[in-house]
Amino acid sequence: MDLVRILVVDDEEDFLETLVNRLNRRGMSAQGALSGREALKMMEEKEFDVVVLDVRMPGMDGLEVLREVKNRWPFVEVILLTGHGSVESGIEGMRLGAFDYVMKPADLEVLIEKIQQARERKILRES
Amino acid sequence: MPHNAQISPSKDYTSLKRRIIGLTLGFSVIPLLALGFVIYYQFHTSYTAKILQNLRGLLENRRDAIDLFFDERISQIATVAYTHSLEQLKDERYLEELLRLMQSRSRSYVDLGVIDEEGNHVSYVGPYQLKGVNYKNEEWFQATMLKGVHISDVFMGYRRFPHFVIAVARRELQKSWILRATIDTDIFEAMVKAAQLGKGGDAFLVNRQNVLQTTPRFGNWKLGEVMDTEFAAFPGTRIEPYVLNGREVLLASTWLRNKDWLLVITEDPHEELAPLVRARSVVLGVVLGGVLLIVTGTVLVARAITEQLVRADREKAILDSNILQSSKMAALGKLAAGIAHEVNNPLAVIKEKAGWIRDLLQEEDIASSKNFREFEDAIKKIEYHVDRARKVTHRLLGFARRMEPLQETVDVNRVLDETVGFLENEARFRNIEIKREFSEDLPQIRSDSAQLQQVFLNILENAIDAVDKDGQIIVRTSYSGNKDELLITIQDTGPGIPKEILPRIFDPFFTTKPTGEGTGLGLSVSYGIVEKLGGKITVESEEGKGAAFTIHLPAH
Repeated sequence: MDLVRILVVDDEEDFLETLVNRLNRRGMSAQGALSGREALKMMEEKEFDVVVLDVRMPGMDGLEVLREVKNRWPFVEVILLTGHGSVESGIEGMRLGAFDYVMKPADLEVLIEKIQQARERKILRES
Repeated sequence: MPHNAQISPSKDYTSLKRRIIGLTLGFSVIPLLALGFVIYYQFHTSYTAKILQNLRGLLENRRDAIDLFFDERISQIATVAYTHSLEQLKDERYLEELLRLMQSRSRSYVDLGVIDEEGNHVSYVGPYQLKGVNYKNEEWFQATMLKGVHISDVFMGYRRFPHFVIAVARRELQKSWILRATIDTDIFEAMVKAAQLGKGGDAFLVNRQNVLQTTPRFGNWKLGEVMDTEFAAFPGTRIEPYVLNGREVLLASTWLRNKDWLLVITEDPHEELAPLVRARSVVLGVVLGGVLLIVTGTVLVARAITEQLVRADREKAILDSNILQSSKMAALGKLAAGIAHEVNNPLAVIKEKAGWIRDLLQEEDIASSKNFREFEDAIKKIEYHVDRARKVTHRLLGFARRMEPLQETVDVNRVLDETVGFLENEARFRNIEIKREFSEDLPQIRSDSAQLQQVFLNILENAIDAVDKDGQIIVRTSYSGNKDELLITIQDTGPGIPKEILPRIFDPFFTTKPTGEGTGLGLSVSYGIVEKLGGKITVESEEGKGAAFTIHLPAH
């Protein structure tokens, strides 16, 4: 099986860098984007399996990015990182097609588990 | 807890009530009193007029009767005088026959005498020895000679009976002589007495000098005595209230035509006016009864109005406080959410960085470093405290989320847990243990978690206030299958609620806290919320043994 290709989108650079490093260290291929636009641009250039997306970002917010992603790459699975701690934005995200949501600050183990599940679903749906 | 301005002054309502009562009474009692007064006044006027009219009739009737009596006597004597010559009447035997004839018709004649121009009593028949007496210097003799007729005042004469004298002068052959008769007063005394009406009526005659000519019924006056009153000073006829011998009377008096005697008739006004007094009592009774009824009705209506007002004002105040409360909570929720977000991002960074260090520590060369244990320990601590901070922010977010009114699936245990979490710090400071006894198999319900949270908060805060220091609060949840309801019991070890105030604790504005500290709305608002959610709140309390509030929520 190929490495899971992950795009992490978060405006907090320190967070983004560390998370990307830790994912890569665990045998995944992760890249980071500091904004929604940057993320979309990167997706145009390269294929990703799972997008880990912060809901609250300046400029284009997470739900907008999600809508765009699902529109253009319907098979890419999206996991929302929500600081809202609220079921509402999570549920809204699910309605828009997100695979799941994780509350910030999240346990890495929980996130990785969800990434694995998301990827499995993607493979299932693509075949 | 919401602190809302309390609508206090029941004084406003009292003055309003007073105004309503005053106005209503004014508008209804005054016409009633006026009506009563007018009716009574009209009745009084016409009745009094009637009495005075009757009295006048009686007076005139008596006067005419007495005058007629005099007229008859005078004409009898005049007839005798003018049908006989002096010479004839000088014959005492003839005179005696005449007297007997007159007595046979009227027993009031006592004697008969003839007096010549010089005043000599030339002949006399009767019980007195008057023959030969000279009257020339007597006033009555001169008056008779002058006017032709004279009636004397009454005097006590022979046999101590009252008498008076009628004298008639006749001019015959250039000479004048007088025929005089003494007359018993029995008859006209009887006439006068016939006017003594009722139990308090009196009638008598006085002359110009206030000398009594008959004996009055009341007062210790005797005929011939001078009354120390002054009615003889009034001319003509008069009818008016008068004080006689210290008694209030209606007095009617008029002068006789034939003699300067005043006929006086008095009536007891109390006796005569008794029907009027009765009428007054009836009117007074009706008016008083009416006033009493109006007052009662007015007070009742005013009380009902003000009570309605108080109720409306209270409801409005509660509504206002509810609105204020929810807007406050909404603002608070936004603030909490903002803070939580701002704190969450750095927390996420710290957590990732710590995770990164932990990742790196797993590399072998570092694991053998002598400070490896210290590093690992530090990382563990950092992660532990990030977790603690995360719990706080999540709770804040949970709180904020609940500001919006919802029909949502509510895990009552979780809401309670969060609420207790808010208050745990304060409880710890006061050394109060909050013990959770949550039922595991509590079903989730459709409700509004924010509103429930407010209810739990209110009751828990009350419990903490009740315990004050060093105690325990037990928060228990359970599910009652046969009633299909959730029971949330909050039990404290405080002083309990006195029996007398137990029925009032859910009343709006009822508070036992010092002025300014409690609004008295907490429990009433809570009760309203739970009722709206389809449940109810019950209390069990015994003085000295704490209180237990139980919130019943429908499970479906």
